Amino acid sequence: MSVTSVEYVLFLFVTVISYYLLPHKYQWILLTVASVSFYILTCFRCIPYILITSMSAYLAGLLIGGEAAVPVGGKSRGKRGYKKAIMITVLILNFGILFVLKYIDAALLGADRIFHLTNSGYEIPQYDVLLPVGISFYTFQTMGYIIDVYRNKADAEKNYFKLLLFVSFFPQLIQGPISRHDELAEQLYEGHEARWKNISSGMLRVVWGYFKKLVIADTLAIVSKSIIEYPESFGGGYVTFLIVVYTAQLYNDFSGGMDIAIGTGEMLGIEMRENFNRPFASTSVKEYWKRWHITLGAWFQNYVFYPLSICLPMQKLSKKIRSKFGRSFARRIPVYIATLFTWLLTGMWHGAGANFAVWGLLNATVMLISMELDPLYSRFAQFAPRVHSSYAYTLFCRVRTFFLIGAIRLLDCYRNVGETFSRIFSIFTDAEGWRRFVRGGFLRLGMKSSEYFLILLCLALVLFVSSYRERAGSPLRYKITERPRTFFLCVGALFVAIVIFGNYGLGFEGSNFIYNQF
Amino acid sequence: MKKRIFAWLFITVLITGAVLHFMSLLLMPKYVSLSREGALVAEYYNEADKNREHQVVFLGDCEVYESFVPPILWERCGITSYVRGSAQQLIWQSYYLLEDILRYETPQIVVLNVFAMKYGEPQKEEYNRMTLDGMKPSSSKHRAILASLTDGESVLSYYFPILRFHSRWKELSFEDVKYVFKRPQVSHNGYLMHTEINGAENNYEAIRNEAERFLYEPTLPQMAFDYLDKTRALCESRGIRLILIKSPTRSVRFWWYDEWDEQICEYADNFGLDYYNFMNNEALKINWDTDTYDEGIHLNVWGAEKLSEYFGELLSSKYGLEDLRGNQQMCEIWEQKVKKYYEERNNSI
Repeated sequence: MSVTSVEYVLFLFVTVISYYLLPHKYQWILLTVASVSFYILTCFRCIPYILITSMSAYLAGLLIGGEAAVPVGGKSRGKRGYKKAIMITVLILNFGILFVLKYIDAALLGADRIFHLTNSGYEIPQYDVLLPVGISFYTFQTMGYIIDVYRNKADAEKNYFKLLLFVSFFPQLIQGPISRHDELAEQLYEGHEARWKNISSGMLRVVWGYFKKLVIADTLAIVSKSIIEYPESFGGGYVTFLIVVYTAQLYNDFSGGMDIAIGTGEMLGIEMRENFNRPFASTSVKEYWKRWHITLGAWFQNYVFYPLSICLPMQKLSKKIRSKFGRSFARRIPVYIATLFTWLLTGMWHGAGANFAVWGLLNATVMLISMELDPLYSRFAQFAPRVHSSYAYTLFCRVRTFFLIGAIRLLDCYRNVGETFSRIFSIFTDAEGWRRFVRGGFLRLGMKSSEYFLILLCLALVLFVSSYRERAGSPLRYKITERPRTFFLCVGALFVAIVIFGNYGLGFEGSNFIYNQF
Repeated sequence: MKKRIFAWLFITVLITGAVLHFMSLLLMPKYVSLSREGALVAEYYNEADKNREHQVVFLGDCEVYESFVPPILWERCGITSYVRGSAQQLIWQSYYLLEDILRYETPQIVVLNVFAMKYGEPQKEEYNRMTLDGMKPSSSKHRAILASLTDGESVLSYYFPILRFHSRWKELSFEDVKYVFKRPQVSHNGYLMHTEINGAENNYEAIRNEAERFLYEPTLPQMAFDYLDKTRALCESRGIRLILIKSPTRSVRFWWYDEWDEQICEYADNFGLDYYNFMNNEALKINWDTDTYDEGIHLNVWGAEKLSEYFGELLSSKYGLEDLRGNQQMCEIWEQKVKKYYEERNNSI
């Protein structure tokens, strides 16, 4: 069941009404049933995987954090070692499942190519492996829980079905946000009263998410697809255009999905973490990744980057380097290694191909270079403070960051490292591509001028809504929902806009959320 | 606060519903200048509102709505008729359209063109829309939709056409705005006129031999016969005579094969039905140089008039249909139709 389907809307409607009809102490049970039902309806064959993850996490949580964790006659150090062993076992099990399911196809294909190159005549059998929906998200969320239990930052959940709810909570199952147990669990298990503010604000946010996804993202996808499918024909200006279009498409697709997920939670009285915070206001790549897919970045920072940068082997390495190359290098190397490794994993989380690994490493490289250039930026700020603090300079930094991120993101579009760099170089070398583009070539990519006009209006609206929060201190939807008249008319207007301008139905194929594939 | 919430919810639902209904009317194709055959099924209801007495009803695809001319049947034989045809009308769609017609009237004769018997499964979404969108909501329409759905189609889009045609906002024309509430009649009691002349080869044997190369399935599908059975049973239950026909054509692509013809003959013999195959009937006196507008696929108005006159005389002489030219009420209705028919025909030449 796709979250943009009519079935999901009906499902949500029934779930919310049933939720508030039940007494508080049974509400979490309804959520558990709804979440499991949602998963069954989305991917029945995937059920065993989520059950393995939830059950292994449950047992491990009890062993690590519960009274059962106390070994007979064990010392505290031995107890910690025992807990660590359990944690590592569960991490290996679940990340192992994720790794195998996600990367087996790529691995077999790679091995087959190697055999072909050697002319051995041997063919590696290819398997059509089922990749459970949302496995990247729920695995990371659950393993975060286990690590938090180990670190005594979260209590072990003693009720399996409550933990199952945390693992499978349906609004966030398909594409996040990735939540921490201490932030989400209590809200899931405690009951909530039906409040006009929550329901109206959540509903408006859900409808807004549909608008962003179906009207903006899916329309822009037509243009992206045209350029990506025929890379040789669309170089020069088209690639620059693709950077802009694909970024807008991805943002509206992903943030639209987040609006639906978080809005659903809000309707149920559950507050989830934001995953976006005006990413295009970023003036550096580092800042960008603090504003885009925030929960994934936080997960990698908490569970990979920090532990890696301060772990014992890294400290030993740092000590060795200090003795040979000085303090400066000794400070840098752990950060370099941790950053590169974390971003390599982040890239691999996004997909199995080499392009994703390169994507991750490129992002890391740009951030490290930026870190090294920090003293230069500071000197510039001292030397030309008026320029440095001017809006023009801020705008320059934002545009620079936008295109830098967008260019790296082309690795996601073309899915081939060589092709991607070839397309990026064509921006500077393909004069013919620029000529064709400027002479109206963008009108021959599947979108008419009226559609471009509509999209520009919609993007202006998105910009207005997102900047309102910055200026007013609270989201626009809170203002709208203060009065039933404005709320209902807004929802009605958005609904009409979605029905008329949305890309769905025959001929549009109702494209799935881009992040569903993870 | 609760009262205000419910009040504004109600108002919003009304306003949203009204806006979407209007947009649906605006965005649906009007079928006035382009793809006029899309208007045919709906036009029946305009006729049914004023006159529900047709002695003969024709059912079928383009071979019916471009071959039989009700004003000519009236003028030459005094027979009242309606052609409830539509583009690539499938045999089950003919059945459900017949059920729909029988809600308004009971003709004496139903004439069914058998070309669609070659289809045993849903074909094209665009033709489905042209046939089904014109039907008023009913259980017949619902069952016709379920039987006709192709991949990717949804039942909901037939009840809320805006879900299918919403993307037409980028191609709206003046015609869409002009005819948003009411559109002009494009047919003459279901006959769609073509006055162009674009001749075809008239070597029946040569065309038949060439067409044989494209016969992929010599057996007509069982589903088609199932619905033919239902049509026959429905006619019997209402005391209606069912006549099977095959309109003439000289198209290799749309040939009516002997293998299929034999199966229809056998069916007609088994159930005592009359079946007229007009593929090579010289008595029609069809001149394939001048009586077709698309190189022999369909008849133009000249060919259709000949076929209509011939068939009208057959209906009168063999089936005893009453000549209603003596009925004043019918004369008043049909003289208008004949006048309008000749006006269009003469203006188009």
